[in-house]
Order: sequence, then C-alpha cells, then structure tokens
Amino acid sequence: MRSSLALSLCLLLPFLVTAILLAGGLFRRQPNASPGPGFFRRNGPAVSIYLVIAVSAWVFLTIVFPQIAMIDLSFHPNLPPKKIGGPEDVFTLENYRYFVFGPVSSTGSLNTLHLGAYAATITASVAVTALNFILCYPIAFYMAQSALPRALRRLIILLILPYWINEVLRVFAVRLLLSDAGIVNRMLLATGLVGTPVDFIGNNVGLYWGLSYTCILTMVFTLYNALESLDKSQIEAARDLGAPWWHVHMFIVMPYAKPGIASGCALTFMSCVGSIAAPLVLGGPRTLWFTPVIYDRFYQALNWPLGAAYAVILLVSCTVFVLLSLRILGLKLGQIAR
Amino acid sequence: MPDNIGATAKSGVVELSDLEVRYGDFQALQRTNLKIESGEFFSFLGPSGCGKTTLLRTISGFQSPTLGQVKIGGIDMRAAGPNMRPTALIFQNLALFPLMTVAENIGYGLRVRGVPRRDRDVTVSRLLDIVSLLGHGAKKIQELSGGQKQRVAIARALAVEPSVLLLDEPLSALDLKLRQYMRAELRAIQRRIGITFIYITHDQAEALAMSDRVAVMNAGRIEQVGSPRSIYSAPETPFVASFVGENNIIRGRIKRFDGTEATISTALGDFTGRAAGNLHCDQPAAYFVRPEALTPYQPSHETCFAGEIVEILYEGNSSQVTLRMPDGEKLIARSVTSMTASPMLGERLRVGCNRADGIVMAIEGSHP
Ligand SMILES: Nc1ncnc2c1ncn2[C@@H]1O[C@H](COP(=O)(O)OP(=O)(O)O)[C@@H](O)[C@H]1O
Ligand SMILES: [Mg+2]
Repeated sequence: MRSSLALSLCLLLPFLVTAILLAGGLFRRQPNASPGPGFFRRNGPAVSIYLVIAVSAWVFLTIVFPQIAMIDLSFHPNLPPKKIGGPEDVFTLENYRYFVFGPVSSTGSLNTLHLGAYAATITASVAVTALNFILCYPIAFYMAQSALPRALRRLIILLILPYWINEVLRVFAVRLLLSDAGIVNRMLLATGLVGTPVDFIGNNVGLYWGLSYTCILTMVFTLYNALESLDKSQIEAARDLGAPWWHVHMFIVMPYAKPGIASGCALTFMSCVGSIAAPLVLGGPRTLWFTPVIYDRFYQALNWPLGAAYAVILLVSCTVFVLLSLRILGLKLGQIAR
Repeated sequence: MPDNIGATAKSGVVELSDLEVRYGDFQALQRTNLKIESGEFFSFLGPSGCGKTTLLRTISGFQSPTLGQVKIGGIDMRAAGPNMRPTALIFQNLALFPLMTVAENIGYGLRVRGVPRRDRDVTVSRLLDIVSLLGHGAKKIQELSGGQKQRVAIARALAVEPSVLLLDEPLSALDLKLRQYMRAELRAIQRRIGITFIYITHDQAEALAMSDRVAVMNAGRIEQVGSPRSIYSAPETPFVASFVGENNIIRGRIKRFDGTEATISTALGDFTGRAAGNLHCDQPAAYFVRPEALTPYQPSHETCFAGEIVEILYEGNSSQVTLRMPDGEKLIARSVTSMTASPMLGERLRVGCNRADGIVMAIEGSHP
C-alpha cells in the first residue's frame, strides 16, 4: 500500500511541477513583469515542457524518491512481506544501533567488524583520493597548459580508451596483472628483484591500484577543466618575478584551481567510497570494504532495512565529510560546479 | 638565492648578438645585432605581427633564440631561465594575480625571494607611493581602474629591482587621455629609477614621445635605430618613412646623385631632396615629403606643387588639405589654413617646400 502510494506520487509529481511552473511562467508574462524573455519564452513551449518534465523526473525518480524510500526503510524492522504495514511494523532505531553495537546477542560491546570496515573504507578512500590527485595534477596541468592541440587530442583518446571496457572487466584485468602468476610478478621474478611472488592482492596494492584507476578519468578531467581557463601569462608573470616552479604551482596555479581541485577530490572520494567492483575483486582476504558489507546485508543476510540503514550512514557521513572539507577550504558548494 | 645571476648583472646593458628566432620554418626575428645602454629608454616600434613580442620574450627568457645570444650586464643569459634573469616583464595583458590584493601582487617577487614580511611591507608601500597608489594596497585587483591596474603591474615589476624593465604595449588598452597621462608617468618613473626600459609599441607617437632611442621594426627586421628626432626627420628606408608619421610619396627614377643630394624625375617633374643611402642613376626611387613641410607657395621655395583641392579636413589647430595632382595622385598638405584665406574645394592651390624637406630614397618593385 505504502509503495503504491509512493509510486503514484512519483509519476504524478513531474506533472504537478510542470503545472506549477507553467502557471508561474504565465504569471510572469504579465506586462511590466520581469524584463527579458522568461524561461518559456526563451525555449519555446515544447522544449520548455520537455525540460521541466525531464528534469523533475530525473530529480524525483532517481534521487529524491529512492532516497526517501531508503531512509524510510532504514527506520523499520526486518519483517516478512506479510507483516509489512502490520502492528509490528513500527518506527525503530534498531538498525542504526546494530551498526554501532552489533547484534543484541553478541558478547562484544561494539560492532568492531562493521565499524572497522567503515573506518577503513573512509581512510583508504581519503588516501586514494590524495594519491589520485598527486597522479593526475601533473597530467591535467600538462594537458591544460603545455600540450599542443595534436598531443592533447591523442592524450585524451588514450585516457578515455580504457573506459570503453566495462569496469568489472577492467578490475579483473588488474587482478590478472597483479596475481602471483601475473605479468608484474613474472617480470619481477625474471629480473631477480624478488625471490618469491609479491602478494599484491593481500597487501592491498591491487585495491589501491584498481580504485585509483577507476577514478583517474574523473580527476583528470575535472582538474583539466579547472586549469584550462588559467591564463598562461599568470604563470609566466610569476616565473618572471623569480618564482621557481613549485612556488608557481603552490601559490598561483593551485589557488586558482581550488574549486576544481575540491570538486575532483569530492567526486573521486565519493565514487571511491561507493565503488563495489574493485573492493570485491581486488580486496585482500583481510580487507573488508564497506560497500560489500552493505551488499551482504541486502543479499546475504536478506535484511533490507539493515542494508538501508548502512547505506544511509555511508551516504550521510560522506556528504557531511565532503561539505566540511569544502567549508575548511573556504569554498561554497556552488563554486565547485563551475 | 634565486637571482645570483641578477646580483652580478647590476648593469642594465642589453646586447643582442646575431640573434635569430624561428618558429618552425617561420622566421619571426631576422638576424639582429643591437646594444641597449644601461639606463636608456629604448623603444621597439613596428606594426602588429612584426616580431616585437617575440624579441621581448627572447630577452626575458621565455623564448629561446634559434641562433645568437642575449647578454645582460655583460653576462650571457643562455643558461638562465626567466626566473633567473635581472629583467622584469610587463605583460601586454598585465597578468596581475586576481586572487591577491594589490599589496600581495606587488610583494610577490619579494615573497618568492624569501624577504621577511616586515621588509616586504616597507618596500611595497614605497612602491605604492612611487606609482601614486598609496592607500590602495588592501584592494582587490578587480576593484581598480585600468590605469591603476597598469601602475600595479609596474610596481610589481619594480619590486624585484630589475636592471631591465621590459614593457609589452602596456598602454594599448587604455583610452587616449589616460594613455597620454601614463606616457608622462612612465617616463618620469624611468628617470627617477634610472634603470633600462625596453618598451614595445605599435604607436609611433608613444615611441617618439618617450624614448631616448627607437628601433623601427618591420617583418622581423630592425630597419632603423636612432633618436626619435632622427627617425622622424631622417628616415633611412621607405618603410620607416611611411610608417613613422605621414609622408607623401612621389615615385620616379633617379636622375642625378651627388652623394648627399639626389634629383628624381617623376610624372610631376623633377624634384631634388636629401639622398638616403647610396643611389645610382635610373634606379627606381621615390620622393618623400611630409604634409606639414608643405606650405602655401612662396617665391623662396625651391620645390613647388600645384593641384586642385579635393578635400579639406578641419582639425582645430590646423587643417589637412588634399590636392589632386595633374597625374591623378593625391598630395596632402597640412597647416595651410592659417596662412591663406580659407581655401575652397575645387580651387587650385600651389604649395611648396625646400630641398632639405624632401628625401629621395630607392624603392624596390612594389615597395611603397
Ligand atoms: N609561438 C608561436 N608559434 C608560431 N608563430 C608565432 C608564435 N608566436 C608568434 N608567432 C608569429 O610570429 C610573428 C611575430 O609575432 P609577435 O612577436 O607576437 O609580433 P608583435 O608582438 O610584433 O605583434 C607573428 O607572425 C606571429 O604569428
Ligand atoms: Mg605583441
């Protein structure tokens, strides 16, 4: 019942919003209203109505309603379908308590397994983000400021090409590369640098590799976008005044690109925290990433409310983390969307 | 520490020896030999695209020469990057740092050199005073007017105490009044500080008004170097004669040449004037005479032109009169009104000048 109501709301809302905006548009068309053509006048009625429907459908169907459903679910107990909506279906914080303290029956005082996975995921994602920034900044700078058009086109194709392949396949390829019998280990053995194969998967080199690889494109292109508009003469002026290269980057280029850097780091961090293929395939036996934990709540433990609670915890804490970081950097959310 | 080269190269003598710059196959700067003295205000004047910026970037180290060398203060700059040269460049677009305040912009070069904040502040306020911007130090760059930005750029460059200041058309973005004011200002700053200024412009009035010496450039080549007066009154090439100031050009062939004077025979008759360079008989040549040298004809004039008035432009303190010559070509004369009762369109007018006012110069083929 609840779901059918939600569904009908989902489908109706875009039309409702359209109607409201249309009314607003008509209202604004009154003489001596705002100067300049309004939204509807500028785009024509067909395009305008399409835009309103498409955007509101996008916002409500893919973002607002699923998240509301998820949040709602996370505050309910795990019940068989028959009992949903019955007297036992009450508001509860049990799922959130479970994340911190574990099952009521457990002996430990804290749910160390899941808390640990959560902390490890956040830490590793911060590390991967930092690593990615260090890897991508020089590439993006070269692309934006020094590459000739031909070299730039070639480089962009080289960067994009691997992403035509599905992520799961790419991650498996990294696993093959780094496995005990993989090319890297065979080369290391052949050159005699190591006596026994290096356990790249076990000590998480593979995981970091795979995660960085997954996020490189986001980072490079966000940084490129930010650096491209920097006037070359700014850099030359700093050089001319005697600045060594590191000083130019630290005090001229990076401050200029700060919104882009923040945006790239936020995107990388979020997609890193939320990635699932790389941790599943490349995570060592001792590594517990938080997304597989969520996945397991849904499909192994079949406890959807608990999974929902975990997903909400991850989403909310990461959003807060990113917003706080922006705040510390003195940036507004609007600035990073340039 | 960063400018150990700058420390030893205190003198601002700039020497260019056999300097050439190519971009791929394109020769942007032809072989150039030139010495600019310490403390000189030296201008490069030429049309857009003639290689002025290229030359300046080569001196400042952003462009490496294809051949030859740049010496500053007697030291070869081959191995010194732009951050190691005793030069400071004022960019065509100023290139001020938009995220810094005026004071931070001016102090940037000192900050790079590790000058402590307190000493930096002292220098910055002294420079703000020099460029008449005291009290503007805390402002953002966007809050300044065009002329103020200009002066911040100058102060920022002077802060690092360069031996040579390089200026790339710094006034071209300003309106006329401000440009004239900044001309005087720049010249005054240069006198006060006494360092070498190398100034680039396509505006001949600017170059003539400010410089000790001017080099006129055309298509990557320096055509003539000299004082503003000699550039204006004794051009050595047809390009200089027509680019610097206005000139009437009457084509013909050399009839007589005696080493200092030459006579040219044209469709309008024979004219005698100063000879520029070595000429020989029957060579294609032209007679150049400036509009302001042509005054209403008097018996004492050695040269005379007569034509029909086809245009009169009143310019306040003078007028410009265009005459059509018998051969159909136009001849422009200035300052005619003050002498005659106001001339009328369609009237015949005789104007004249003396031998010393005309220059006879060889021209090649299609050259003006
Ligand atoms: N980096 C470059 N690569 C190729 N050609 C260039 C480059 N920079 C300038 N040029 C060419 O060299 C010539 C001189 O340019 P420039 O020195 O900027 O002239 P100016 O400053 O006198 O206008 C122009 O024809 C220009 O197109
Ligand atoms: Mg230029």
